[in-house]
Amino acid sequence: MSADTPAVTPRQRRPLRLAEIFLLILALGGGVGGYAMVGLSIRGELPESFWWRAGLLGLTALVAHVVLRLRAPWSDQVILPAVVLLNGIGLSMIWRLEISDSAGMAPADAAGNMSASLLGAVVAFTLLWILRDHRWLRRYTYIAMLVGLLLVALPLIPGLGEEINGARIWISVGGFSLQPAEFAKIAFAVFFAGYLVVNRDTLALAGPKVLGLHLPRLRDLGPILVVWAASLVVLVFQRDLGTSLLFFGLFVAMLYQATARSSWILLGLSLFAVGALAAARLFPHVQARVDVWLHPFDAEYYDREIGGSFQLVQGQFSMANGGLFGTGWGEGRPFQIPYAYSDFIYAALGEELGLTGLAAILLTYLLIVQRGLKTAVTVRDGFGKLLAGGLAFVMALQIFVVVGGITRIIPLTGLTLPFMAQGGSSLLANWIVVALLLRISDQARRPSDLPVRGQVSPGRAEPEPVLVGAGSDGGTSDGAASGPRSGPSGTPAAGTPAAGTPASGSPLPRRRVADRDVPDGGTGPASSAPTERLDHPDDQPGGEHR
Amino acid sequence: MSELTFTLLRLGYLVLLWVFVLSAIAVLRRDMGSRSVRAARRQRSDGGSSSSAPAASAGSPPPPRRSGPTRLVVTAGPLTGTTLPLSTSSILIGRAPSCTLVLDDDYSSSRHARIFPQGDQWYVEDLGSTNGTYIGDQRLSSPTHLPPGVGVQIGRSVVELQG
Repeated sequence: MSADTPAVTPRQRRPLRLAEIFLLILALGGGVGGYAMVGLSIRGELPESFWWRAGLLGLTALVAHVVLRLRAPWSDQVILPAVVLLNGIGLSMIWRLEISDSAGMAPADAAGNMSASLLGAVVAFTLLWILRDHRWLRRYTYIAMLVGLLLVALPLIPGLGEEINGARIWISVGGFSLQPAEFAKIAFAVFFAGYLVVNRDTLALAGPKVLGLHLPRLRDLGPILVVWAASLVVLVFQRDLGTSLLFFGLFVAMLYQATARSSWILLGLSLFAVGALAAARLFPHVQARVDVWLHPFDAEYYDREIGGSFQLVQGQFSMANGGLFGTGWGEGRPFQIPYAYSDFIYAALGEELGLTGLAAILLTYLLIVQRGLKTAVTVRDGFGKLLAGGLAFVMALQIFVVVGGITRIIPLTGLTLPFMAQGGSSLLANWIVVALLLRISDQARRPSDLPVRGQVSPGRAEPEPVLVGAGSDGGTSDGAASGPRSGPSGTPAAGTPAAGTPASGSPLPRRRVADRDVPDGGTGPASSAPTERLDHPDDQPGGEHR
Repeated sequence: MSELTFTLLRLGYLVLLWVFVLSAIAVLRRDMGSRSVRAARRQRSDGGSSSSAPAASAGSPPPPRRSGPTRLVVTAGPLTGTTLPLSTSSILIGRAPSCTLVLDDDYSSSRHARIFPQGDQWYVEDLGSTNGTYIGDQRLSSPTHLPPGVGVQIGRSVVELQG
């Protein structure tokens, strides 16, 4: 060991986010390239106003990148490029269907969807700019619950709600149609996270044990069951089983995440099985979905006017026509699938990009989900863990339900593919989800004043345990409160504000309290981060035992 | 546009998608391993004389002790090469994140041992750890004087004071 050995200090600088720039360039190439190829293939020339739109997309990505650099410099570098790529591909496909001049594709509206994407990005990054700390959301736990319930109930209000294709999930406000359930998803994730982080110990530990399974006490479940039942009842009345499945999945996943009790999964799956069977019996449209899923090629179902398998089968033919490498942008006939621009955009992409392209798209989704789950693992506060895990899971579930429905793994439900399918609410809501994930990942990856395993602690003001046989040195004042020890060393403050810490005087940036917290907070870590301290005791066991 | 150009463009587009996916995965790979493990490994492979030494030593002023040891060095175990400058306060060693030296060592307890100054001397004390704290073969039962250069075994790690 030589004399100039440095102390172990966190050696992270503010990241340059070069990886993000590189990936963004590739992602823009994917989106804009698809757009150009559609124009070249169908019309033999670049689309009119091509450069203007490509520039707008690039500018949005650039602004997003700059906002991330300024406001969330440590946040994940893969999420934004992945979203930009998916959004670009989705827009290209919608435009491709729009200019196919097929009668069924008349509602395809690439320009409108592009505006919705831009609006979504603007809202998301404004949120990222304003929301300095995701724990701020925790204060609004119960307001989030009310907002979620209200959003779910809105379409049932006569005059406001609209029934389209048998599902009453839209509201029309000033000429715009909105799907409030998409936003309710976020509100419920916030509520579940805030509620479970407080109550998870009671949920996990108190309660009877039945057949080796820990069951929770009923009264601990009160609020959550109310929300769950209310949303399910409303959704059954709205006949949108996809969204109801989404909420239920979110609920079970977050309970499991909070309590680590597999009994929740078992309970959830059996409840789901009961619900699914009951729904299939009670609701003819659900029964039709199941029949179509099992026997799509039967003439009886194929020719059925309402709820037939025509759409599903067209999607299958489309993907089969695509084969391994696809027909290429603009060369296939995806416009023959009903709703190819929204519900069945995945099948349309399958025709033009082939299995190779679909796999890449699926992997890109997987990247976003993986980053969300990794954020949940890394972030230190319990609320952030639950929120990031819940949001990532709900996105994964939604993708599974959509892609599984189109590829006939599960019955088809009417959900939208995030970032790709046409629909302003879905785009806006998913951009907000991305903003929240980016905000949490910034907290998760920021070098912190709490030590990670194998690092040297900066010596927080943590009271030492009462020591047995501590000798005559007092043994109580320690850590950051270094001053009062009356040692022979003469200078009690020892020149460093936090004695015993190698990193205290280091020039490397560490998490600055002022940077992170609400401006009116105190100056010391102890006074200014109440939620973190609150979370601390119940976080540590969860994080440590492996 | 000729058939050939179009086929090339079509396949080129798929290649582009996969380049994106694979480079994103390459970015992820840097995160997959635990950062602290890699940091420790890097520290070990440099032999403790990394290039950031001047910066670090410039940043933290030398502790104002007149004589005696100035730093605590981990000489064996997963964190070999880690050093801490000594000051006037005691050093808590263990696996708990609140410790001054957080060991990544399955054989150490969460609050394993404490090294504290008294007078001009440093003492080491076991805090009721499961696997014990040893100087040589001797398991510590009470606070013991720790001269510089003598290794203290904590789990799989050995720490010593150096002047």
